[in-house]
Amino acid sequence: MKVPVTWLRELVQLPDDVTTEQLAARLTQFDLKLEEIISSGISGPLVVGRVLSLVKEPQKNGKTINWCRVDVGPEHNDDDGARGIVCGAHNFVEGDLVVVSLPGTVLPALGFEITARKTYGHVSDGMICSSTELGLPGDASGIIVLDPDSATPGDDAIALLGLGDEILDLEVNPDRGYALSMRGVGRDTALAYELEFADPAAIEVTGTGEGYPVRVEDAEACPVFAARAVTGFDPTRPTPPWMAKRIEQAGMRSISLAVDITNYVMLEIGHPIHGFDLSSLQGPIVVRRATEGEKLTTLDGVVRTLSADDTVVTDDRGPISLAGVMGGAETELSDATTDILIEAAHWKAPMIARTARLHKLPSEASKRYERGVDPELPARATQRVADLLAELGGGTIEDGLTVVGAATQRPAVEMSVHLPSRVSGVDIDAAAVVEALEGNGCEVALDHESLAATPPSWRFDLNDPNDLVEEVLRVVGYDQVPSIVPVAPAGRGLTTAQKLRRRVGNVLAGDGLIEVKTFPFAGAADFDRLGLPADDVRRRQVLLENPLSAEEPGMTTTLLTGLLRSLVLNLGRGHADVHITETGRVFLPQSGDAEAPIYGVDRRPTDDEIAAFEAALPHQPHHVGLVMSGERVRTGWAGPGRRATWADAVAVVQHLADELHVDVEVQQAHVMPWHPGRCAAIVLEGDVIGHAGELHPRVLKAYGLPARVVAAEIDLDALIAASPEIGPRPDFSSFPVAKEDLALIVDDEVPAASLQRVLAASSDLIESVRLFDVYSGDQVADGKKSLAFALRLRAPDRTLTDDEIRAARENAVAAAASVGAALRT
Amino acid sequence: MSAPNSSYDPVEVTPLNAEEVERVRDEALAAIAAADTLDALKQVRIDHAGDRSPLALANREIGALPPQARKDAGQRVGQARGAINQALAAKTAEVEAAEEERALVTEAVDVTLPWDVEPVGARHPITTLSEHIADIFVAMGWEIAEGPEVEAEWLNFDALNLGPDHPARTMQDTFWVTPERAAMVLRTHTSPVQARTMLTREPPIYIACPGRVFRTDELDATHSPVFHQVEGLAIDEGLSMGHLKGTLDHFAQAIYGDGMTTRFRPSYFPFTEPSAEMDLLCYVCHNEPDAVADCRTCKGEGWVEWGGCGVVNPRVLVACGVDPERYSGFAFGIGIDRTITSRYDIADLRDLFDGDIRFTQPFGVEL
Repeated sequence: MKVPVTWLRELVQLPDDVTTEQLAARLTQFDLKLEEIISSGISGPLVVGRVLSLVKEPQKNGKTINWCRVDVGPEHNDDDGARGIVCGAHNFVEGDLVVVSLPGTVLPALGFEITARKTYGHVSDGMICSSTELGLPGDASGIIVLDPDSATPGDDAIALLGLGDEILDLEVNPDRGYALSMRGVGRDTALAYELEFADPAAIEVTGTGEGYPVRVEDAEACPVFAARAVTGFDPTRPTPPWMAKRIEQAGMRSISLAVDITNYVMLEIGHPIHGFDLSSLQGPIVVRRATEGEKLTTLDGVVRTLSADDTVVTDDRGPISLAGVMGGAETELSDATTDILIEAAHWKAPMIARTARLHKLPSEASKRYERGVDPELPARATQRVADLLAELGGGTIEDGLTVVGAATQRPAVEMSVHLPSRVSGVDIDAAAVVEALEGNGCEVALDHESLAATPPSWRFDLNDPNDLVEEVLRVVGYDQVPSIVPVAPAGRGLTTAQKLRRRVGNVLAGDGLIEVKTFPFAGAADFDRLGLPADDVRRRQVLLENPLSAEEPGMTTTLLTGLLRSLVLNLGRGHADVHITETGRVFLPQSGDAEAPIYGVDRRPTDDEIAAFEAALPHQPHHVGLVMSGERVRTGWAGPGRRATWADAVAVVQHLADELHVDVEVQQAHVMPWHPGRCAAIVLEGDVIGHAGELHPRVLKAYGLPARVVAAEIDLDALIAASPEIGPRPDFSSFPVAKEDLALIVDDEVPAASLQRVLAASSDLIESVRLFDVYSGDQVADGKKSLAFALRLRAPDRTLTDDEIRAARENAVAAAASVGAALRT
Repeated sequence: MSAPNSSYDPVEVTPLNAEEVERVRDEALAAIAAADTLDALKQVRIDHAGDRSPLALANREIGALPPQARKDAGQRVGQARGAINQALAAKTAEVEAAEEERALVTEAVDVTLPWDVEPVGARHPITTLSEHIADIFVAMGWEIAEGPEVEAEWLNFDALNLGPDHPARTMQDTFWVTPERAAMVLRTHTSPVQARTMLTREPPIYIACPGRVFRTDELDATHSPVFHQVEGLAIDEGLSMGHLKGTLDHFAQAIYGDGMTTRFRPSYFPFTEPSAEMDLLCYVCHNEPDAVADCRTCKGEGWVEWGGCGVVNPRVLVACGVDPERYSGFAFGIGIDRTITSRYDIADLRDLFDGDIRFTQPFGVEL
């Protein structure tokens, strides 16, 4: 809401020493937050001048200029009692009063400072100004000619034209619709400075008897409808400058006197008003729901197709106005309109909000209706408009007044007088509570410890005791609230999952990975690049109604979409070795068409009802993803480095599992986007919780990435859930260890991990099994490899005998044979 | 011919002459002094202190002397041998030290050669700041609550007093899940976590909820469709706005240091009543009279906008099953991304999300 300070000061007798900055700061404390103070920005010697002489001088370029001597007052005149000024406009004569910007004046509309300059053979010692040059509404083709005798040469024109006016641009929260008017801002200003407030809406309604016939069929949307006719209006009369200026200062355009009056009254008291050309109306006005598909051409010339959700004002021909949002073109006020029907109707907020959204037509009127307009105002608003049409436009106010419906009385809100103190922590006595509520327009009945406050008709936000508390606290001052640290009961600290997620983050950083945060949006193009098969479950997304980009219509199912995008960016920016990771949720829809329930809000949903949320919401586990490109160990002066390989990806995952004391199994897998021969499935108690390895060359090609990029992604929630409170405790046997090495020949396809598992399970005496060598080459047959394992054997209660050791070794060899491994000889 | 009886035959033993012993000793000491390598010393030891050295041989002759002469000769030879051994030990230590010195000099390297072969990891400041904030609240006895990002419409809006026609619903530009009747959204704030906590736990409740949230803003230097916030909720008997202010002042001091404070301005949020915007004392100029005018951080205001807060609307308590007659509470929220951009002077919000490793690296693993 743009509030001209001069207008506000007219409504509230603020002390002169209150600066605009102070006023703005005070209103901010009253929940009318200052966005900015707008001023014309004009400074310098802008004065009134009288044209003493005017000589027309035709120029070679075809133009004719006026060489003028202008009296700009004794303070500014040169020794000859005037100044010489060149002017190109021709709408003035000798003797006229004009506005002169003398050298040193800054006019923001021109963007420079006025100086004396040589032009057309004269030194022009200033400029005679047009409205446009001063940033004022009006005719740009000529200069401003002031009314004769309205001023004296040398007078300050900044004050005369109101160019020093400042405008407060205030942010009005949706609960304070009343403050979208001078009336509302004025009332709060008076309250803030404890001043008297003369309500501009305290208008006596003079009309009696039958007015224009109106029937309201949709009383739910339109509880009150008032109409008043003014005839014999002179459409040629201009809008008085003071009114045009206020309308422009408030951020609207001055259009014509009749339209300006309706807008002015809306700004003044906050009630939107619509004017019909009375002569164009056909039959009685009927307010009703539109029928589906009905058409209306609105003021802006757009043909709108209406829906049954819209409420319309109609006459015999059909809709003539989209209620509370925008009028129709056929009945609009024109420059020939002499007879006007003024409509001021109270439209319900939800209906207006719906219609304005549906037709994408936010207007000054809809903005106010959506936030709530005072329902007591319709008749008074028509009176105010009628009075101005009569006063400024010579119209005759018809006696007949139409008022259909009436405002309903707001219910009183009951509250303990102690509640404001309890809620705010500020000690506020009952008298202060009552005074503050009355200052806000409430009628207050005090009964011992409790009070009943009837909110004023314009305050739709006062429904609950806490709503009243806010109003009281606004008056008492939010700055009075004390600062007390509450003592919480002993908390249990972070949950295990929270602690482990932090640990995982630190382990990843320790492994040289840099954490990134990417957007979790993805689409088919991403999944195509990842080479996911058509029936891959990861193509099933949670889709959005209104995604920002059609390319990414829903939520991602894998962190690799964001990580690979980030990798591409990093390589594009010239980083060669990039190791990045992200921890975040992925989104896996429930099967079928899940719908989350909507409940009432007057009670807690039952446990079953709450459980229904979880049943409908997509599964959203935390994943950890990582990608590595380039060298894992950099080549340098100390020797050659090492490229990141599939094993590095597996190693990081294994490291995470080890840190969390989770026993995961690594299995050979074939899953896109990984290389079919270089993909490890990470298996936890039989369930695959992720994959690691080298990415498929086709995927790298699709992303334009270099060869041999490696990646991993695992379900972190699953890993954390499996993490025991402490790791498995080793048996601290103090008896000697026996070490046995086994070299085993197996088929190439046999995974090392499976052989290791078999060996580990072959005897109770096995303390550990570690693979220490892999060999394939001349010494072993084609299609075979040699895997060498170090076995450590130990018993908890004795030193092992040679026989026991030999038996354990034989058991191990036998177990290995069960998966096709033979002892290397 | 019988062999001489060495015990009794009076013989003249030249090596045991005082002059001869002295000469041999001096010769040995000179050789020791001349030796300047361990190898040379080894040879000197063999020649002058070994089993075949003159004094060793002389020593063997002592027994042949008459008892009267034995003592003198023994003393003489013993002293000479002692002097030689002492000199040898001293010289050996000296030469060893010198050789070690030489070796250390030749083994010297350029330790300024860079060891930059291992990648250095780092954690994103959004993560570490969220953790830092969590720690501050945990230290006050609060707990950290979390919830899903695709959220039920009822929990994101209705339960928080944002009814279907509430103007604030259009204010918050929401991502809706397809189809619309699914009644799910990308949560527009972490407040549904507060609702979930109230629905499933008995008061007293003191929780902070950091997390990722979504609004349909196009990405630019100051807006992002994905951002992060932390909200706090306290529900207990007798809580007032004063406790809210106390908590926020404590929080401000924990993050920005002693003397920090907050101030309230009235505002509007459907889930709180009364509601306030909170400003943080400018952490750069502290609103000091001589610094505030030129302060770029607060643009001369002395305060910076920090977030929203208020007393939990009793309607929210009712919808979430908390008895508003018995309990009251407060809630607040601040933007994590914005805290990072303003605190670390980051002009473009996009830097937080495009994943350039140079952005994250300087933040290390802890804020």
